[in-house]
Amino acid sequence: MPEPQDTLFKTLADPTRRAIFERLCREGEQTVVVLTAQAGVSQPAVSKHLGVLKRAGLVRDRHEGRQTHYSARPGALAPLIDWTSQMAGFWENRFDDLENLLKRMDQ
Amino acid sequence: MNGTSSETRTVIVEREFPHPPEKLWRALTQPHLIEEWLMKNDFEPVAGHKFNLRGEWGGVLDCEVLTVEPDRTLAYTWNFAHDDPAFDLQSVVTFTLTQTSGGTHLRMEQAGFRANQKQAYGGAKAGWQQFLGKLEQVLATEG
Repeated sequence: MPEPQDTLFKTLADPTRRAIFERLCREGEQTVVVLTAQAGVSQPAVSKHLGVLKRAGLVRDRHEGRQTHYSARPGALAPLIDWTSQMAGFWENRFDDLENLLKRMDQ
Repeated sequence: MNGTSSETRTVIVEREFPHPPEKLWRALTQPHLIEEWLMKNDFEPVAGHKFNLRGEWGGVLDCEVLTVEPDRTLAYTWNFAHDDPAFDLQSVVTFTLTQTSGGTHLRMEQAGFRANQKQAYGGAKAGWQQFLGKLEQVLATEG
């Protein structure tokens, strides 16, 4: 089973998807139609992105008549804000740089 | 995040590098090399030596060398003084190097976080930014 952070990162790695999530965070609840108007991709593509965001727990949907309204659930980002996760991420990144440095160093 | 304030936490990050311990030791103990992978610093590999690590985000960590066993163990304090207890940090970072057939196993253990520390400078903030900064790149290489 993947770590929650992995799922969140993979979900938000896509720039279009991340833009949709950011917009929902900024502007509150939106319909697919409204989101599509600014997303720069087709409505089915936006719906697909929203589905991925929903599975990651990052958005919730609310059906009203024929419209589906989406809103952000920023609380789903909690695993990324967890202190030890962040610190581990910090060190993993530092180790990446250390690895690069070692390659450049003389024996 | 719901423990008591006296609770401590530990972060362990391990990796094997295809390089001998002596070379890793240099990267861990020579200031100009430390700067390349960690932070600007005035480190000296002498127990009791006090130094600072200066992050790109402007934070300064107060550190003191605790253990120096060449090619094997390096430990120093990693403290960030802050009036807000949520940001105040007292911790110890210990690097342990173990020679392997293919190089060196490096283990980094950072211990001493209080459980109510949701964020702190010296790691959390820098880590967060770098984490996200490198996210797409990392995922792209993972395929």
